[in-house]
Amino acid sequence: MTDIAVVGFAHAPHVRETFGTTNGVEMLVPCFQELYDKLGITKSDIGFWCSGSSDYLAGRAFSFISAIDAIGAVPPINESHVEMDAAWALYEAWVKLITGEVDTALVYGFGKSSAGTLRRTLSLQLDPYLVAPLGVDSVSLAGLQARMGLDSGKWTDREMAEVAVRSRAAAKNNPKAQLSGDLDIEDLLSQPYIADPLRKHDCAPVTDGAAAIVLASGDRARELCENPAWITGIEHRTDSPNFGSLDLTVSASARAAAQAVTGGDTSFDVAELHAPFTHQELILREAIGLDDSTTINPSGGPLTGNPMFSGGLERIGYAAQAIMDGTAGRALAHATSGAVLQQNLVAVLEGRN
Amino acid sequence: MSLGKSAVAEPPLSAPLNLKFDYTRSTGPTVGAFVTGLRDGRILGARGSDGRVLVPPPEFDAVTHEPLTEFVEVGQTGTVVSWTWNAEPLPGQPFDRPFAWALIRLDGADTTLLHAVDVASPDEIGTGLRVRVRWAAERTGGIHDIEAFEPGESTLTVEAADGEPVTMITTPIDLHYRHSASPEESWYLRGLKEGKIIGGRTGPGGKVYVPPRGASPTDGVPTKEPVEVPDKGIVTTFCIVNVPFMGQQIKPPYVAAYVLLDGADIPFLHLILECDASEVRMGMRVEAKWRPREEWDHTLRNIEYFRPTGEPDADYDTFKHHL
Repeated sequence: MTDIAVVGFAHAPHVRETFGTTNGVEMLVPCFQELYDKLGITKSDIGFWCSGSSDYLAGRAFSFISAIDAIGAVPPINESHVEMDAAWALYEAWVKLITGEVDTALVYGFGKSSAGTLRRTLSLQLDPYLVAPLGVDSVSLAGLQARMGLDSGKWTDREMAEVAVRSRAAAKNNPKAQLSGDLDIEDLLSQPYIADPLRKHDCAPVTDGAAAIVLASGDRARELCENPAWITGIEHRTDSPNFGSLDLTVSASARAAAQAVTGGDTSFDVAELHAPFTHQELILREAIGLDDSTTINPSGGPLTGNPMFSGGLERIGYAAQAIMDGTAGRALAHATSGAVLQQNLVAVLEGRN
Repeated sequence: MSLGKSAVAEPPLSAPLNLKFDYTRSTGPTVGAFVTGLRDGRILGARGSDGRVLVPPPEFDAVTHEPLTEFVEVGQTGTVVSWTWNAEPLPGQPFDRPFAWALIRLDGADTTLLHAVDVASPDEIGTGLRVRVRWAAERTGGIHDIEAFEPGESTLTVEAADGEPVTMITTPIDLHYRHSASPEESWYLRGLKEGKIIGGRTGPGGKVYVPPRGASPTDGVPTKEPVEVPDKGIVTTFCIVNVPFMGQQIKPPYVAAYVLLDGADIPFLHLILECDASEVRMGMRVEAKWRPREEWDHTLRNIEYFRPTGEPDADYDTFKHHL
C-alpha cells in the first residue's frame, strides 16, 4: 500500500474570541504561510485540498467557499470539504493520496465558535425529528453521559478532575493553549456544577481556531520532511445517533476503529485524544486499550483549547509532531465528531529510521 | 514599504445576526407512527431484531438495517436512567426556568427517551425516580406534545383516536450570532456610510477588488491597501428580469447588471434604472443614484441603483477580459 505521512502541522493560537470575521477564515492564512515556509513549498505544490468547517458555526451558507480566497484558487485547485471535524477531511485526503492521483495534500479546519452560542448551535447536529427540536445542548448531553458512569461506578468525579489537572499542567508547555496552569484537585471538587454532574473543569472551553496539515506520499514525503510521521493505520466508525439505545459509558465505535488500526498492539509513546469532556477521555482510554505507559495529550489536549472543526485534526497534528520532532516513535491520534462521542476516528503514526 | 492594515485605527464592524427559518420534514412510516401516537396521547415503540422495545423508535434496525414498523405501545410512566441539571436554560428549550434533562426508560421499553423533567431543584430528581408524562394542552404531532415529565405515576387512560396520520413536522430554527466583518469589508462599509466606494488591493499594481477581499483570490496574498474608486463605471454584462419572485421590490421587467467602476478590476451586481430595459447594453456608461444622505448606513443599499450618464459607450476591447 502507498506510504503516506504527515510532513507538516500548524495551528492558530487557541483563544476564547478573535475579532476576525464570523467564519474565522483569517486564522487560516498564517497557518498556510507557516507550512509553506517550513516545507519550502508554495500553494502550487499542493495536489489536493480538503477542509472541515460548518455553516451553522459561521451563520451562513457555503461559508467554506470564503476559505478558498485564503488559498488563492487561480488556476483552479483540486478541492473538497466535509461538514465535520477536519480529521475526516484528512481521511478523505489520505484516500485521495492512496489513489496515486496526487502526492501532496493540504488539510485544514477552522471555525469561530464564539460568534454564536456554541452549545446551542451544536444541538443542530442531533436527530432532527425528536431530539434537536427540544434544543438540548451539548454540555447537558455530556452531563447525562457522565452521570451514567458515576452511577455505575465506572468512574468518579475525582478521576474526572485528575484528567483536567493533568491536561492543564501539560498545557503549561504549550504557548498556544487557551487554558493552562496548576490546578488543585480538592479546589476543583468544591466548585459548583454547571451541568450537574459536570463542573467547569470537566468541559472543554469555547475556542476560536484553525489548523492545517500537509500530507505527502512516498519519496515526496521524504523530500519534504526529515522524519515524516507515517500513517500506518487510519479508520473511522460511528455509533447509532439514537443514544438512548446505547450504553454511553463505553464507545463501541472508538473500540472498533482502534482495533482496526492498532492490530492489538496498543503500546504508544504518545496518544492525543479528542475528548471534549473529562469523562470521555476515560471512556476512550478504555476503548482504545491505553495503559499508563502512554503519555496522554502532552499538548494539553482539548480541555485546554478545543477549536470546533479543527480540534480533532490538531490531535493528528500533535501526534505527528511528536514523531517529526523525534520525541515519539509510535503515536496514536483520535478525533471525535457529533454528540457524546458518536463518531470516532483513530490513526496510528510511526517514525522510521 | 508595506502600508499595513494597522493604518486603520478603528476595529472591524460587527452587528447582531439572527438566522430564523423552518425545517419541514416528512416523517416516514416509523417516526410518523411515533408522532401520530404522541398527538393521540399514546407512546409507541418499535420492536428491534434483538426483541428489545425501542422508544423512541429508530427508523432502521441497528443490526439488520431493516425498517422498523412493528409498533408496541408502552407506558406513560417511566424511570429516570440518567439526569443533568439545566440551571441556565437557553432559548428554544422546554422551559425558561431551571429544569432537569433526563433519559427516561418508560415502562415496557428497553431504551431511553430524552426529555425535560419539570422539577424546581436538583434535590427533587435522582436516578431511579419514577416520572410520568405531562401532555401539552394542544397536541400537533411532535416531540413537544409531551410538555415534560414530572414525578409520579400516570393514571391517564388512553382513548381511541381516529385522526389522519402525521406525515410532516416543522421545526423552527432560531440562531443568534455576533457577525463580524473583516477589516477590509469594514473599510468598504464605512466608506459607503460616507458616500464613498472603497475597494482594496495587495499593493501598488495589484488588482482592485470592490468590495475588497481579505486576500488576492489568485495567490492568497493579503490585501493591504484601501483604494477609493468613483461611483461611475460601465455595464459589462446584464440580464433582464422578467420573472416575479417573493420579496421582489421592483416591478419587472428591469435590469440587473454587472457594473465595473472606473479603476476597479472586478464588477459587482446592481440595478440599472431610469431607462427602458431594452436600452441597456454592454459597455454603457452608468453612475450611482444615491439615496438621500440622511438614509445612509453601512450598506450598499445607500446606492438605490445605477443610471445611464449619456457618455459614449466603452469600447468592447476595454472590458472583454471582465466577461
